[in-house]
Amino acid sequence: MTEPLLEVKNLKTYFHSSAGQVRAVDGSSFYIHEGETLGLVGESGCGKSVSALSVMRLIPNPPGRIEDGEVIFEGRDLLQLTEAEMREVRGSKIGMIFQEPMTSLNPVLTIGRQLTETLELHLKMTKQIANRRAAELLDMVGIADPEQRLKDHPHQLSGGQRQRVMIAIAMSCNPKLLIADEATTALDVTIQAQILELMMQLTNELGTGLLIITHNLGVVARYADRVNVMYAGKIRETGPAIDLYRNPKHPYTVGLLNSVPRLDSRSGSRLIPIEGEIPDPANLPTGCAFRPRCQWAVDKCASEDPPLVEAAEGQMTACWEHENVTRTPTGALA
Amino acid sequence: MTLVQEQTPTTATDEESGGPLLEVSDLKVHFPVKRGLIFDRTVGLIKAVDGVSFSIMPGETLGLVGESGSGKTTTGRAILQLVKATSGRVMFEGADLVSLSGNNMRRMRRRLGMVFQDPYGALNPRMTAGDIIGEPLVVHKLYQGRQDLRRQVGELLETVGLNRSMVDRYPHEFSGGQRQRIGVARALAARPSFMVLDEPVSALDVSIQAQIINLLQNLQDEFELSYLFIAHDLSVVRHISDRVAVMYLGKIVEVAQCDELYENPLHPYTKALLSAIPIPDPELDRRRDRIVLEGDIPSPLNPPSGCVFHTRCPVAVEDCPAYVPELREVAPGHWVACIRADGYGQYYTSTAG
Repeated sequence: MTEPLLEVKNLKTYFHSSAGQVRAVDGSSFYIHEGETLGLVGESGCGKSVSALSVMRLIPNPPGRIEDGEVIFEGRDLLQLTEAEMREVRGSKIGMIFQEPMTSLNPVLTIGRQLTETLELHLKMTKQIANRRAAELLDMVGIADPEQRLKDHPHQLSGGQRQRVMIAIAMSCNPKLLIADEATTALDVTIQAQILELMMQLTNELGTGLLIITHNLGVVARYADRVNVMYAGKIRETGPAIDLYRNPKHPYTVGLLNSVPRLDSRSGSRLIPIEGEIPDPANLPTGCAFRPRCQWAVDKCASEDPPLVEAAEGQMTACWEHENVTRTPTGALA
Repeated sequence: MTLVQEQTPTTATDEESGGPLLEVSDLKVHFPVKRGLIFDRTVGLIKAVDGVSFSIMPGETLGLVGESGSGKTTTGRAILQLVKATSGRVMFEGADLVSLSGNNMRRMRRRLGMVFQDPYGALNPRMTAGDIIGEPLVVHKLYQGRQDLRRQVGELLETVGLNRSMVDRYPHEFSGGQRQRIGVARALAARPSFMVLDEPVSALDVSIQAQIINLLQNLQDEFELSYLFIAHDLSVVRHISDRVAVMYLGKIVEVAQCDELYENPLHPYTKALLSAIPIPDPELDRRRDRIVLEGDIPSPLNPPSGCVFHTRCPVAVEDCPAYVPELREVAPGHWVACIRADGYGQYYTSTAG
């Protein structure tokens, strides 16, 4: 197998607050190959966004700090680069799209200026060439009448159009990797579908690696090649999407799949929720953080945090009891 | 074009089970758009809700789905008289809520509950959980002495799965899921027969969402409640609803029994909406057809002529911008507002009515 495009090794990002130390990401390792789509799923506070921000080195310090780990991208450890070198990577090698495009776009600059800025800075284009390229990019992301739209300010566009502009900016320098952090969460259902299809089409055409960060298990099921499931700062299960959904080996993954309402379940059917609450990240349970909510928990889970081990071909899970974990609690195979 | 229907879309079993609890007919909520400093000239009209009719039977849940600007939230608020209806009727327990006087409406309020999306914003941060839940009891004088109030509040806390000992805590001391439980307890306090649930689980995490959905289902069984469940998430709606109405730009475009709507959607908008929602099962989902609608949702200030969906409709024909399609019953209990839809998920080639 070839070297992965991005390899994160044992990443630890902690935040320091008056409430104590929060281990937002606590020893997380994952990789993405060129052209591959990786889904990173989890609920609020699980560390999925902090993982992405750590890769981009956008963790506000203080209160946050990358304590340990390596982020190998194209053979270099991004954590060792100077700020100037890192800026180069951010603009042109790794693109990132966030949930709320209005906060990522500058409200007083035209769409055109925000696009050409990147092109002039990173690709050293002249104004005229950059302008022409900007119009091409808007056309590529499906914005009608691109020359006119270049003169618009962000508030003149709809939410979906703004997210298209964000994609155009992120893709403007042909990055190797695109990170989409809840990029479609704030959008309406039909617009969400448009944006996701657009992102998939562009990354497929250009061979870009894609990291989709979301709480939506459906989005990951539809688009991801592989999936990482995060809970309380750690990746608890990882594997090819089809295998992981068919045969989840971590109690948390099982719990998520049982509790999420499905479009194809009969009316009036009952969900099986995960009992209890998501733990306070400043005050995690000892041993396995999922133990208080886990139906398979044994004594060992309270004292020792299980490492990721291979549970099936290509599928790793962090659970002492993974051999007993099945989607149907009775153990009957569907 | 003979598509006019006088009836309102109700369940097929309407007559057998004795009339509906709530009947909304031709409800309209239009907001004037004003401009000018000294003279407030009305320069336009946002037709947030534009002629909506439906009914809800006792113990039934009607799911109301749609995207932003569809008017689903305004419909819920207009039923509860939280915004003033421009015209139409809302018959509830024998009275038309739209024309009730202030005092009569205030008395009627205890029969109506509402749960909001944002469990952070909906609770007064300076009131304790007990005060928040007990407020409807105090307002409607539904208790005898402080002891009784405290007892009732304690029971409500337990009913929604919280601990009696939490009565003196403030909203910030609760998690999001617990806060939504407080919101539900408050809505339940005065023993309503009908509740509007406006995106009650949208702001919650997946694992907590399921807890609240189950709670709402249990309460409905226990107290024989009727729900209007407003949401954009069609997966959640399928779980909880008996019937579902789909709204687009102020109008209902399709209504049917829940499973019928999901298995046999007839309106091109409903079909697109369903196909846009992924199923958390890669093997199944990747085999589904995908209909990706083009363009944005038009502004409700300037909606398209004729069928409001025609600008994005993949099967629109010449007549669509010209005629406003009425809801027609194409199969028992299945109503659709599309001149091309037949009862089988296919489309008429011409506009035969």
